[in-house]
Amino acid sequence: MGTALVPLQHFATHRRVWRRLVQTARLCCGIPDYDNYVRHMLEKHPEQEPMDYKTFFRERQEARYGGRSGFRCC
Amino acid sequence: MKAFSKLAWAALALLGAFCLGTVALRRGEQINALWIVVAAVSIYLVAYRYYALFIANRVMGLDPSRATPAVLNNDGLDYVPTNKHVLYGHHFAAIAGAGPLVGPVLAAQMGYLPGLLWLVVGVVLAGAVQDFMVLFISTRRNGRSLGDLVREEMGQVPGTIALFGAFLIMIIILAVLAMVVVKALAESPWGMFTVIATMPIAIFMGVYMRYIRPGRIGEISVVGLVLLLASIWFGGQVAAHPTWGPAFTFTATQITWMLIGYGFIASVLPVWLLLAPRDYLSTFLKIGTIVALAIGIFIVMPELRMPALTQFAASGDGPVWKGGMFPFLFITIACGAVSGFHALISSGTTPKLLANEGHMRYIGYGGMLMESFVAIMALVAASIIDPGVYFAMNSPAAVIGADTASAAAPISQQWGFTIPPQDLEATAAAIGEPTILHRAGGAPTLAVGIAQILHQAIPTGSNAMMAFWYHFAILFEALFILTAVDAGTRSGRFMLQDLLGNFVPALRRTDSWTANIIATGGCVALWGYLLYSGVVDPFGGIQTLWPLFGISNQMLAGIALMLGTVVLFKMKRDRYAWVTALPAAWLLICTTWAGLIKIFDGNPAQGFLAQARKYQAGIDAGQIIAPAKTAGQMEQVVHNAYLNTGLTVLFLLVVFSILVYSVKAILAARASTGRTDRETPYVPLTAEQQAAQANL
Repeated sequence: MGTALVPLQHFATHRRVWRRLVQTARLCCGIPDYDNYVRHMLEKHPEQEPMDYKTFFRERQEARYGGRSGFRCC
Repeated sequence: MKAFSKLAWAALALLGAFCLGTVALRRGEQINALWIVVAAVSIYLVAYRYYALFIANRVMGLDPSRATPAVLNNDGLDYVPTNKHVLYGHHFAAIAGAGPLVGPVLAAQMGYLPGLLWLVVGVVLAGAVQDFMVLFISTRRNGRSLGDLVREEMGQVPGTIALFGAFLIMIIILAVLAMVVVKALAESPWGMFTVIATMPIAIFMGVYMRYIRPGRIGEISVVGLVLLLASIWFGGQVAAHPTWGPAFTFTATQITWMLIGYGFIASVLPVWLLLAPRDYLSTFLKIGTIVALAIGIFIVMPELRMPALTQFAASGDGPVWKGGMFPFLFITIACGAVSGFHALISSGTTPKLLANEGHMRYIGYGGMLMESFVAIMALVAASIIDPGVYFAMNSPAAVIGADTASAAAPISQQWGFTIPPQDLEATAAAIGEPTILHRAGGAPTLAVGIAQILHQAIPTGSNAMMAFWYHFAILFEALFILTAVDAGTRSGRFMLQDLLGNFVPALRRTDSWTANIIATGGCVALWGYLLYSGVVDPFGGIQTLWPLFGISNQMLAGIALMLGTVVLFKMKRDRYAWVTALPAAWLLICTTWAGLIKIFDGNPAQGFLAQARKYQAGIDAGQIIAPAKTAGQMEQVVHNAYLNTGLTVLFLLVVFSILVYSVKAILAARASTGRTDRETPYVPLTAEQQAAQANL
């Protein structure tokens, strides 16, 4: 420590860890990261309108449970 | 530095060996549970560092520069390159369920040593290899499912057979899981109330997430969790109430019918209303309880009161389940050592989220190691309770009689696990239940163990907390079993529609309500029939259904490992094929041997046919043979024996036809000079994609 400057990123670590935990919890429920989806749509498919969060959430919920997958056991 | 690292790993290996030696060699005195935990964890780490790396580099030839399906098809929805720790959490939550918790508890009747050894050796050489291998095969084939992979690499017929096998296994699993719930909730108003209370809580959460604040999972899950804990507390009041207590007391048969009705209704309701919100609750509760249990074991450091080996390990005549250590121990502990169902997860969502092939070892192999660790904790939880209590809870009434006085006598005198009847009553009173006798199925025993650990870890000075933790643990298991029943019925419906659609094409239409109702009804009827047959079985149901579940789950694992072997031969990696071929052979030997014993053994306690003959002879002679009490129950025993024979024969047929097709595929691959596998062509990661991965 001493007089060395604390790097700026130092303060972002706990936020990043929290973000990862939230992402994990949501992915466990079948909801991937929404921001990542929007970023992907803006970068790769700028001509398409990304779904709003409500539609995105419903679409993902239906995809996880309504379809053929979704059964987990042990 | 390198030498230092080697030295550290050697020290870890020595630590594992030393702990395992202590566990194995100290006889006649109680040892601390930490010996088991440290032994297992050190072996996992060493296996991960060396064996998994060997598989990754030599056997599979993983290539971090190769683009995965998640990168190639990135759509932000199904295919998303995901941070490896986040994906690890997702994968673990998907594979961990009731299986690794129940199996080790049942296996504890032989003492903790056999279960411990099989869990550790099985996961390192078979279970984790299977998960890893299927993940590898599926990732290199655009995230295809297991059925598709078998069809692609072996042919159309084995693919259909594998699908049919998977459907059968699912029916068995639903029946056996539902049976665990029935056994845990029968005559237990407290447990019943809390489980019923989860439904309005889940519906409230569902409506909130759909209409009030759409998609806010976090806040409503916290609310749901608080409501759930409140309902556990309130359940205690309800159970003690003179009118409401009896109103929530149901027999096993009544609960069976309620579950069957529930399964049907829940699986045709919209998913957002009941299934999804309860799945969120059960997922968070599951992870939370597992973490709490791990912390609890480290804080409490309990002594193992079950002996390392009981007399039932040698005699094979235990009261919980019949059969010798080989092959039945390897059937009883399926999940946790090796579980075929993971092949469905490893070829499902996970390969579509994998950012880089370099993460595969951590997620595929490492995820399964964590599941095995959960099974080790279940084994610890079952072994720290008094063995007398353990056997009182898990032995059927036919063996130990119906009340505490009659139960204590054989357990104390014949088996040598001294327990006075008043201790059994005291335990029942401590957990707030009318009785602890014959609560087979694993869940209640595990709940007692979890309650003891958590109760000691969080000293409150109040004895009422023990009952709270017991019902918390019961609820935690019931919750995700009910979710599995409901989600499984849904998937089963689609599988059935696919299968029946081959004969009546109209049934394949998933948007048709008639087809939907017919297929759902068919699926519920199949598992409901098995469940009902098991519940009314005088032998207690778990004794026969659990081995069937184990056999079927291990057979699915055998199919997945045979697929792995075929793919290795097709890749011209013949010299490494033993990595999957050996565990596949072991599983085939265990399951076939167990299946044949179950069908043909001359001992009526073990062989289905011998049992059917014995009871049929009794019916013909007009006798009633215990544990049956009426002529109707005699008929039931005969009927169940033939039903179980039929199912076992079907499993054997499925696995042997896959074996024949595997051998054919391997011979063809060896005859060919070049690679014949159907991997998708190599596409390198672009510089931009590599940069994106660094920021994941």
